[in-house]
Amino acid sequence: MIEFSEIESSIKSVRDDPHSVSDPAMRLLTLGEQILENWLQSHELQPTFNEHEGFRLLALHRQGAINDPSFLACRETCRELAYQVNLYRTKSDNSQVSMMAMVALHLLYFVRGKLEVQQLGEFCCSSKPLRTQKSDLTSR
Amino acid sequence: MDKNENLRNDLQRVAYYPGCALEGSGHAYNRSTKQVGKKLGLDLVEIEDWNCCGAMEVKNIDPEIQNFLSVRNMSIAKHKMGFDVVMAPCNGCYHNLKKAEHDIAHREQTRTVLEKLSKKSKVPEYKAGDVETIHALDWIKHAIGETNLARRVKNSLEGLKIANYYGCMYTRPRHIFPEKDQGENSESTSNPHFMDDLLRAAGAQIIDFPLKTACCGGAHTLSDCDTSTRLVVNILQAAETCGADVIATECPTCHSGLEMHQIRAEETLNITTKPVMLYFTQLLGLALGLSPRKLGIQENISDSLDLLRQRGLA
Repeated sequence: MIEFSEIESSIKSVRDDPHSVSDPAMRLLTLGEQILENWLQSHELQPTFNEHEGFRLLALHRQGAINDPSFLACRETCRELAYQVNLYRTKSDNSQVSMMAMVALHLLYFVRGKLEVQQLGEFCCSSKPLRTQKSDLTSR
Repeated sequence: MDKNENLRNDLQRVAYYPGCALEGSGHAYNRSTKQVGKKLGLDLVEIEDWNCCGAMEVKNIDPEIQNFLSVRNMSIAKHKMGFDVVMAPCNGCYHNLKKAEHDIAHREQTRTVLEKLSKKSKVPEYKAGDVETIHALDWIKHAIGETNLARRVKNSLEGLKIANYYGCMYTRPRHIFPEKDQGENSESTSNPHFMDDLLRAAGAQIIDFPLKTACCGGAHTLSDCDTSTRLVVNILQAAETCGADVIATECPTCHSGLEMHQIRAEETLNITTKPVMLYFTQLLGLALGLSPRKLGIQENISDSLDLLRQRGLA
């Protein structure tokens, strides 16, 4: 498992100097995957090497959201990162790298925050797990 | 009369569910929503004796109690006031009413519990589909539409670069919003655009930015304040990098979160960001010729008046 602080520094270093790596988009995508690997390993799961819609990142997210729909709160962020990678592949515009880095950082802050406070993200996506709970008050 | 015209007529007079936040931190949103409605000739009738929708606190204790709290408001609107449409401008309220509607339609357990609670509390029993809950964005988009709105603009927002932040609850989880993703004229859950459509019609330059539905950590602003600040500052920086002067909001929780964490980021992370926050109803109100005071802009924490004066909007 790679420390979040290390991943954060790597994202910022790509953001500040996109020329420091040969393919900044792929580098940021890999860092995004490492963020999700941390989530999965913290839950004692073996990160998948499968792809979903051509991206391992999306497959990792789907794996992380099984039995925890509140993890879907970062689904659009993962998809946005994949979209930004696709955009970069068509244009190879380094000015777009800072935007990609912000999306990757957002993913990192969310996942790191969710490992500290499990309920993060439940405000929007919580209806499913809660519906499986036994209703104590109303069963009386 | 075509389907769109029918819908437009249905929305001229709707039951209004402001929710708790709009009586507190989101007061300016309440004020500007009412003012814009009045200016557009739309009628909002506040639900009598409405109660909290259950927010997230009740949901975390007992989701069925939360469903009941939401349903009570819809039941009063339907059975005591005769409305078919409830308009909820707060994302949290809108989400909870939609969730309750979904659960009643799909879960036997919810129906059984709510029947019992309705009898106990003497609230007329609510059946799935008795009312349709809509957001303030749906209301203006469908009751007025972009073309009519553009005709009524007195002070164009031209030159104002606006990034629209929709927050998380307006589109998630998808299954409680069956009317979304239905093609033309419906809202998209992956790329919402109603706020873009309306503000563009008012003359604004809409700035697309990648975090418009990203989590701001809003509900954890007290329990994990640092994460919320980092998430918010990243949203603000993304909007700023894309060239936005203004971030438009459509939820009191998002709005307060962006405002407060912008200040906190300056103090704790030494990161300053420039975009100012305004409710979309405040921006529409300005475009319709209403004064900043009438729209409660002085009540916002984020100080946008200098920018608005520079652009001739205040």
